[in-house]
Amino acid sequence: MLHAPFTRRIFLQRGCTLASLAATVPYFIEQSAMGMLGNPLLSSNPGIPDERILVVVQLGGGNDGLNTVIPYGDAEYFRARPSLGLRAPKNPAGTTTALELDADFGLGLHPSLTGFKALYDAGSLSIVQGVGYPNPNRSHFTSMDVWQTGRLDAKGNGWIGRYFDNMCNGTPISEGAIAVGRTAPLAMQGDVQKPISFENPALFRWLGEDLHESMKAPYDAINRSGALPSAGEDTQKSFLMRTALDAQVASTRILAAVAKQSLVNYPQHALARQLRTVGAMIRDGMPTRVYYASMGGFDTHGGQAGSHASLLRQLSESVVAFQADLKEQGNDKRVVTMVFSEFGRRVKQNGSNGTDHGTAAPMFIIGPSVKPGIVGRHPSLNDLDQGDLKYGVDFRSVYTSLLEDWMKAPAEKILRGQFANPHLIAKA
Amino acid sequence: MDDPLKPLAKTHFDFAAAQHLLNRAGFGGTPAQVRALTELTLEGATALLLDARRDDTPTANEDFRGDILREDTPEEREAIRRARAAGDEDAIAKFQQLRQMRERSDRDQIVAMQKWWLSRMIETPRPLEEKLTLFWHGHFATGYRTIENSFHMLQQNRMLRNSCIGNFETLARSITTDPAMLKYLDNDENRKRSPNENLARELLELFTLGEGNGYNERDIKEGARALTGRTFRGNNYFFDASQYDNASKQLFGRSGNFDGDEFVTMILEHRQCSHFIALKLYRFFVNDAPTVSKEGREAITGLAKELRENHYDLRPVLRTLFGSQHFYAPENRLAVIKSPTQLMVQTIRSLGTPPREMKSLVDAGDLMGQQLFQPPSVKGWDGGRAWINTATLFVRQNIVVYLVTGRRPQGFDWSPSEMAYDSTHLFEHLRDASGSLDSREAVRNIATFALGGSIAPERVAQLDAFLDDLGGTINDDRVKALLCLVGAMPEYQLC
Repeated sequence: MLHAPFTRRIFLQRGCTLASLAATVPYFIEQSAMGMLGNPLLSSNPGIPDERILVVVQLGGGNDGLNTVIPYGDAEYFRARPSLGLRAPKNPAGTTTALELDADFGLGLHPSLTGFKALYDAGSLSIVQGVGYPNPNRSHFTSMDVWQTGRLDAKGNGWIGRYFDNMCNGTPISEGAIAVGRTAPLAMQGDVQKPISFENPALFRWLGEDLHESMKAPYDAINRSGALPSAGEDTQKSFLMRTALDAQVASTRILAAVAKQSLVNYPQHALARQLRTVGAMIRDGMPTRVYYASMGGFDTHGGQAGSHASLLRQLSESVVAFQADLKEQGNDKRVVTMVFSEFGRRVKQNGSNGTDHGTAAPMFIIGPSVKPGIVGRHPSLNDLDQGDLKYGVDFRSVYTSLLEDWMKAPAEKILRGQFANPHLIAKA
Repeated sequence: MDDPLKPLAKTHFDFAAAQHLLNRAGFGGTPAQVRALTELTLEGATALLLDARRDDTPTANEDFRGDILREDTPEEREAIRRARAAGDEDAIAKFQQLRQMRERSDRDQIVAMQKWWLSRMIETPRPLEEKLTLFWHGHFATGYRTIENSFHMLQQNRMLRNSCIGNFETLARSITTDPAMLKYLDNDENRKRSPNENLARELLELFTLGEGNGYNERDIKEGARALTGRTFRGNNYFFDASQYDNASKQLFGRSGNFDGDEFVTMILEHRQCSHFIALKLYRFFVNDAPTVSKEGREAITGLAKELRENHYDLRPVLRTLFGSQHFYAPENRLAVIKSPTQLMVQTIRSLGTPPREMKSLVDAGDLMGQQLFQPPSVKGWDGGRAWINTATLFVRQNIVVYLVTGRRPQGFDWSPSEMAYDSTHLFEHLRDASGSLDSREAVRNIATFALGGSIAPERVAQLDAFLDDLGGTINDDRVKALLCLVGAMPEYQLC
């Protein structure tokens, strides 16, 4: 009884210290403090360019791999694609003549991919051929989920989300994963880590302030007050109040990052706009480790030649501008970009000068830190599975290399399986 | 120690309590509706919510087609076969295109269904029915993307609604013959010689007992055998006797030639099943904090007991819950994080805003992490804090601005909506005999009502300061501004 008041006072003091820290400090600062005690993702200072960044570019709809990396050396290609086939490089140069990659194997790039060809020649492009998975699913939705979950049953959360969950000891990294697009991709959803996503950074804020100039001050007062004492400790209310403060900090930061004029000019494509935003955030030293951008339209069932050429040109020009931006910033060596699509298309063109849903297709891994060149064999056009290419490299092998060699993460644990590592990253 | 399920004293059923009930057992209501509910007294109010007569008249825009993804007719199959045999590429391509067109129509139909269900929640005179249908949709989670058949999703939705407040046993039995679920959990591939455990596993783990509670791997394996042969043909359940494993099974330590129905019966005999369902109802209706309080655990035990005593009838259990002291306890007010659907529907129904464009709301739901007919996995929506992050919080705040003002963000520009919103019903009743209005009282009243619970003094001061800067008087425009600010309060995410 004698000690009770004393104990109670100590308790109150400690309680108040904790409560006051909790109430007014955004979660991410508290996490940084915790990070000093051994959080691997936050152990180095954000902004100091040693943290590696992964950028994922998703091509929605199923990109026609055979008309992206072109096996012009194989006569079967022209038999399967009488009107859609692109000509071998030795033909007089023109819009339908492939750009030569490897004369010995008769491999070329689609003529729209001049920027990719330049990256290849500069040693900043790795092409992984014939990427797919067993028992391929030809549904857009399911196959995209397979790629995004990194699981053949297409179930559970995303492979990037699991990367974060694995690395962050149960505490999400604020601004760790950012998707520029309308919705946050499944790939980035973890149990703990959730991505930030916005189609347009100008919308990553409260729009009510546009109604009248008088709205901003009370809004800030409400959302930046942190947890009010009456909310109690670790209640749903205090959690919401602190997340609101986090959101204000993140919004200010992202809006400031993208407000700056970029160092290079980007073309006007939708993908270029997304990558410009990503470039701006990288330049601003955001703590983000994985960015996600996407473009659609690759479901070329009919009249493919023109639309596919245009899509690949947009892809190439956008990525090249992004690489130039990163180089100008001095950040190019710490960024690797991965380009994928949910499936390739059938070998034979269809009756409408298009192609239908297929299977294996090439992937691109981009940046001066990659081990440049062509990885894996081009799938045979003669040994098909019901008219479809057989995959040679499991997509989870590509993830394995990016996780292990680039992000320094335990790939086997994250992917829940062991996959041959094709080592796509150059040794430092 | 008081029994937490002891009935609330009649005198404690005031305006705030009635609003709490209407928010939780439905999607809120206008001040006039809450007043009417208050006047019914606690008993009358719960009866109004629980005993609403079912009405199966199709609602507007419910003319969904069940034949978009019909199977090919024998004639069509024959024609395709002939085209293949003849190597007629053009004809094959034409068939494929037709198939793809049908798949596209089906994707359009699921979007139409998302709009339809959301408007049904906004308009229904029986809010608990929709609320429970949403609850069961998250419990028996099935996703369109996996099954790619909108009509099967619709049939499941109707099945869940039909039994939503009936008996859990009916639901558990119906879900094991529901085409959408059978497809979603691969039971159409659960055959005698190659059993598929997916449905049996989730039936135990997610639908009835909870992970690791009172069953083991063997029960899953043997249960899967009991469920063999349950598949569907077209839009209907079909029991394929030739694929049913008719041999003896060992379930929960007993052996016998158990079939799927007996498997479900044995599960429901488990005490744990009543406890698991009581816990899920509790987290949905009462409190979704990461840890359940001591009183909460007692309440759950009491609800489970009542479930068993009533042979899984849900109505009496919900009547006890909605009439209990515990349900109205201060720690359970504003203690559940609104789902995105709750946030939108409650804002519309409580403040009386126009519903605006249904497609925009469906899109916003997606951005906030809840697409109807598309739960993220068979686990359903995690709910609680999982709804909230820095990105979803802005969408949540902005959707309130859209509902109140009708200004929808498109790129950088705001595009105004035609539908005007008259907010005066929120404060007109506060005028005194002379017709004048105490603006401070009005602010407090409107903010408390919009939040659906008590408001912190700091917040009142923030709103008063805002109004003082504008001269202190209140009018329709200023009420809308206030509502946008209240909608931007972190505590607005609670109900």
